[in-house]
Amino acid sequence: MLDPSFVFAQSLSGLTAAMFLFLIASGLSLIFGVLRVLNFAHGTFYMLGAYAAYQLVQWLGQGGGRFWLAALGAATAIALLGGLVERLLFRHLYGKEELYQLLFTYALVLILSDGAKMIWGTQQKSVSRPPGLTGSFTVFGATVPHYNLFILLLGPAIALGVWFVLQRTRVGRFIRAAALDRETLGALGVNVSALYTWVFVIASFLGGLGGALISPMRATTPGMDTEIIVEAFVVVVIGGLGSFWGTFLGALVYGQVLSFGILFFPRFSIFAVFALMAGVLIVRPWGLLGRPLQ
Amino acid sequence: MTALTRVPWIALVLIAAFFVPVVGSRFYTFLANDIAIWALFATSLNLLVGVTGLVSFGHAAYFGIGAYTTGLLMKKAGLSFLLAFPAAGVLAGAFALVFGFFCVRLTRIYFAMLTLAFAQIVWAICFKWNEVTGGEQGMPEIPYPDFDRVAALPLIGGWRTAEYFYFLTLLLVALCLWLLRRIVGSPFGRMLTTVRENAERAEFIGVNVRRYELAAFVLAGAFAGLAGGLFGIFNRGVFPDFAYWTKSSEVLIMTLLGGMGTFYGPALGAFVLILLNQQIVSYTEYWPFVLGVILVVLLFVFPGGLAGAAQATARLWARRQRA
Repeated sequence: MLDPSFVFAQSLSGLTAAMFLFLIASGLSLIFGVLRVLNFAHGTFYMLGAYAAYQLVQWLGQGGGRFWLAALGAATAIALLGGLVERLLFRHLYGKEELYQLLFTYALVLILSDGAKMIWGTQQKSVSRPPGLTGSFTVFGATVPHYNLFILLLGPAIALGVWFVLQRTRVGRFIRAAALDRETLGALGVNVSALYTWVFVIASFLGGLGGALISPMRATTPGMDTEIIVEAFVVVVIGGLGSFWGTFLGALVYGQVLSFGILFFPRFSIFAVFALMAGVLIVRPWGLLGRPLQ
Repeated sequence: MTALTRVPWIALVLIAAFFVPVVGSRFYTFLANDIAIWALFATSLNLLVGVTGLVSFGHAAYFGIGAYTTGLLMKKAGLSFLLAFPAAGVLAGAFALVFGFFCVRLTRIYFAMLTLAFAQIVWAICFKWNEVTGGEQGMPEIPYPDFDRVAALPLIGGWRTAEYFYFLTLLLVALCLWLLRRIVGSPFGRMLTTVRENAERAEFIGVNVRRYELAAFVLAGAFAGLAGGLFGIFNRGVFPDFAYWTKSSEVLIMTLLGGMGTFYGPALGAFVLILLNQQIVSYTEYWPFVLGVILVVLLFVFPGGLAGAAQATARLWARRQRA
């Protein structure tokens, strides 16, 4: 029989992975929900967030909460980058064919990830865990690093925070309205084009933050962007493109399927994940918690 | 029509291609071989994207399936190329039938996502099934087809194996492109265009839109499989990243660069992109960066691709002539 502590450890690691996936996928889902565009470059924003955090830690140092400063700084920088890209380039493609929008975001992947290679090289970069969260503790025989616990608590906190912004603030209400009917919203006097920029800024912030926070756990390497974006696609498709809590659920499902897949059929856990994505698309294309598009 | 359009371009290109090993070095033969295979791959994708209006983000799956089929049959089963090559098309087409059955039920972005999901499944299997596909390491040393009997013939003897393979590739790619051209020009092909232009209307006049889309999907998959079968041999090995999603975007870029609105546009795209790659990698290692910039310029300035831009220029020129 399976050792319960092992199962517990496995599900915890799945949960931790889910929190990161949620951070990244929620931005992707937000952009899709409002702009109806799949942003391939979102994974690259995540990677750049990790590199930016590394760079800031190099400049600022680690101690005295400076890691958190670096993480926030990195996320802000990526948010600015996302806003700029939307303002200067992406908005000219609204109303054009979907393929052009998809390929434009892919062009961004090529440019930005190669740009990152020019700046940071191909060697992997790592950031040490922030002081105060370097230790670990034992629950039910499973060893959990403090940093992972922190991520496990932070994930739902951020989910609630974003949900609060979407549900209770003026910008959030406009964003939800834009997802439903952008023309009417514009006719009511809301500056929809500025709103789109905000959506990009918020989504890029979330992606960049995900990258910055994962930098102490996994080494930052070129190529992590094309890997994560496919995973994030799986998450948003399972949960429902454009659905906020759907993304959260999708991330949880993905994390568990991956970590238990490794347990039961070690070599085909990636296969299981994509099969799940295909299954959801076939049975319920709009995802577990999404709504069909009109 | 201008004099330019009366030139038999296709025949000229084909003849020129046959002379590459005669006048050029081994390296140019290699490049031309690469271009010919990618031209077929991109044209097969265009049957879906350009002709039928279905944006697939997982076309590399069928390329990969074809490559593994031919590779496995020739390397592990020791079958002749004459059997292993058509098998690539048949198997890729069969997979396209199964996957496509589900994909054509979805619209637009969901279609693209499901093609991507299936392609990633294929990739994951190739990546992990070590016993059969060689897993992450891939399958090196795919043998060339046996050219001994051809080499013994008078007049055409005396070439190197790689050159024989190039001639064979040219013949097969030309044949496949001719078939695809016939398909696009046939009543069936016209119907695909109708489906692209207005699926709802096609449905109203009694066309089974899904069935047409599925047929296009299978054909596109089968020809991509044939291209993959050739590529595995050409590349001297088959690797899982043949089916990875970035390959699907590469071939989409080629198609777009050449121009999706025309039949030979994607082949032109393959030609330009591979030559460009060759030129640029000798100056800088940052080819993806350059490719990204090209793509952005293309999307903003020449959304019709090179062929679209050429057509626009030709039209402008013709108008000048008349004036």
